[in-house]
Amino acid sequence: MEKFEKLTGIAAPMPLVNIDTDMIIPKVFLKTIKRSGLGVNLFDEMRYDRQGNEIPDFVLNKPQYRDTQILVAGDNFGCGSSREHAPWAIADFGIKCVISTSFADIFYNNCFKNGILPIVMPQEVVDVLMKDAEKGSNARMVVDLEAQTVTTSDGESFPFEVDAFKKHCLLEGLDDIGLTMAHVKDIDAFEATMAQARPWV
Amino acid sequence: MTAPKTLYDKIWDAHVAHEQEDGTCLLYIDRHLVHEVTSPQAFEGLRMAGRKVRAPEKTIAVPDHNVPTTLDRVSGVIANEESRIQVEALDKNAKEFGVNYYPVSDVRQGIVHIVGPEQGWTLPGMTVVCGDSHTATHGAFGALAHGIGTSEVEHVLATQTLIQKKSKNMKVEITGKLRPGVTAKDITLAVIGETGTAGGTGYVIEYCGEAIRDLSMEGRMTVCNMAIEGGARAGLIAPDETTFEYVKGRPHAPKGAQFEAALAWWKTLYTDEGAHFDKVVTLKGEEIEPVVTWGTSPEDVLPISAVVPAPESFKGGKVDAAKRAIEYMGLEVGQKLTDIQIDTVFIGSCTNGRIEDLRAAAAILKGKKIKDGMRAMVVPGSGLVRAQAEEEGLADIFKEAGFEWRLAGCSMCLAMNPDQLSEGERCASTSNRNFEGRQGYKGRTHLVSPAMAAAAAVTGHLTDVRDMMTENA
Repeated sequence: MEKFEKLTGIAAPMPLVNIDTDMIIPKVFLKTIKRSGLGVNLFDEMRYDRQGNEIPDFVLNKPQYRDTQILVAGDNFGCGSSREHAPWAIADFGIKCVISTSFADIFYNNCFKNGILPIVMPQEVVDVLMKDAEKGSNARMVVDLEAQTVTTSDGESFPFEVDAFKKHCLLEGLDDIGLTMAHVKDIDAFEATMAQARPWV
Repeated sequence: MTAPKTLYDKIWDAHVAHEQEDGTCLLYIDRHLVHEVTSPQAFEGLRMAGRKVRAPEKTIAVPDHNVPTTLDRVSGVIANEESRIQVEALDKNAKEFGVNYYPVSDVRQGIVHIVGPEQGWTLPGMTVVCGDSHTATHGAFGALAHGIGTSEVEHVLATQTLIQKKSKNMKVEITGKLRPGVTAKDITLAVIGETGTAGGTGYVIEYCGEAIRDLSMEGRMTVCNMAIEGGARAGLIAPDETTFEYVKGRPHAPKGAQFEAALAWWKTLYTDEGAHFDKVVTLKGEEIEPVVTWGTSPEDVLPISAVVPAPESFKGGKVDAAKRAIEYMGLEVGQKLTDIQIDTVFIGSCTNGRIEDLRAAAAILKGKKIKDGMRAMVVPGSGLVRAQAEEEGLADIFKEAGFEWRLAGCSMCLAMNPDQLSEGERCASTSNRNFEGRQGYKGRTHLVSPAMAAAAAVTGHLTDVRDMMTENA
């Protein structure tokens, strides 16, 4: 997995609350058996009309947001299904960080598996970042994972919390399965104990 | 003496295979359910890394999301090329990696969350995962069950564990008795209406109280199924005699002395007196009415007697979201919910595709016809549910009323197969999500119980099922 260190990029505002996984990537695109190539269909039903033409009002279609790397979003982002196609599409578009007041649990976990940093901030901070994101390509937001800060284009800096282990994995670009395989003896031991204690499993 | 534990604490503690200093754990997974949509990339990952499935005997695969539900599917190939490729990939992967498998041709095939319990794969005290958010369903057995992404599917296939940190404990208590016409679906929607779709974020919910205890296993599965819609990682109900009775004799449930040994452990799976909950929500069973959703989030819940709310009655970002929802749904502020005209009815899904759901709908439909021009379909949750409904005469009631009687699958719940709404069509649906476009591009979804869906099919508009119950009485 690609390492996440420090990101300086354009932020796009999506203030709508409860942006669900069907909005992020509609089910018609879940039929793929690959992980790649979904970026073009990110937010498909909000982004294109039925003929496949871009809807000019949609934020990521505006010229100043075409190279968005950071999304500042309304509350409860990523609610709904477990489809990892949602973070795959986000990452494939080029977005590496999403900031909101809260995220749905499965989506939040899925982000870390794909080199995306989801950041939870209080409402008043999201409000400031949303305003900053409205500046479009005239502005750059800085996300520093090591220092755990987000800095606006005006230089105003806000700290954020992230689980230490998840941070470590993201900074180093670590593969979860490889990490867990290092504990294979613990898993063997657990299975052996359980074969005695709960043989019906 | 050890500190009192919640049910969640007990199941969690019984599955920690390794714990790091910071509390990150390797949680051992007892059952891994797999379907065709979220697994191909995971199996491919194993193949690329030269890895095997660690515990194929604990892995159960069944195609459900993409499969056609029309009667001609037995004879044919899946017409949609991409759907066919996904189902074929599952066929191939199940065989190559040697996992338990119910192909489309098997009468036991159905929605993964209906097949698991039906076959006795899901048992109390287990950890159950699946690359599907409605894995929460299995919590009805007192199993810790939740959805995972495809990377985690691959992780579980390879290691039979998940890297997890413990969630907080939340208690949702439904006191007293439900009134006639009020069902498990109304409970679970009413709870989401109360807590919001992010109210459970960071928590595992334990549902308890008299109204929950009184539910059948089918009803309990309906309640837990939508825990995810409340944002919770999982929903749980402590196992009791109802649970043990349901489990006993199922194909993969323990037998004889092993059943007795299992039962002894299962009976310890309850929340201890005085255990700590980080959040508590209490609803009175008597006060819950049959409910419907009016908007595009499962939290947009109101009693059927209510009217479409004004966006200004909400706070913060929800004001704009409500405006958008009312426009999307084509509704008027102040419009009575019972005046909303319906053109499609869908009965099925992992929320309400079990035998009890079909019985409840059939009880309303008996001797009646659906409204002229109505498109109505019943999609049983599994081949076995379908067979039982035919045996009980329910299929005839549905067919005589004018419903299509389909084969098992996820169908119009997420509309990945050909069962979809067209632009502007409005559906009373027993499924779990009313998101924009969920049942088809620009389709409009009102979530309801099976009995309420049946009532709407007859009258052609959202209807208080209690009015029809008096009619029948």
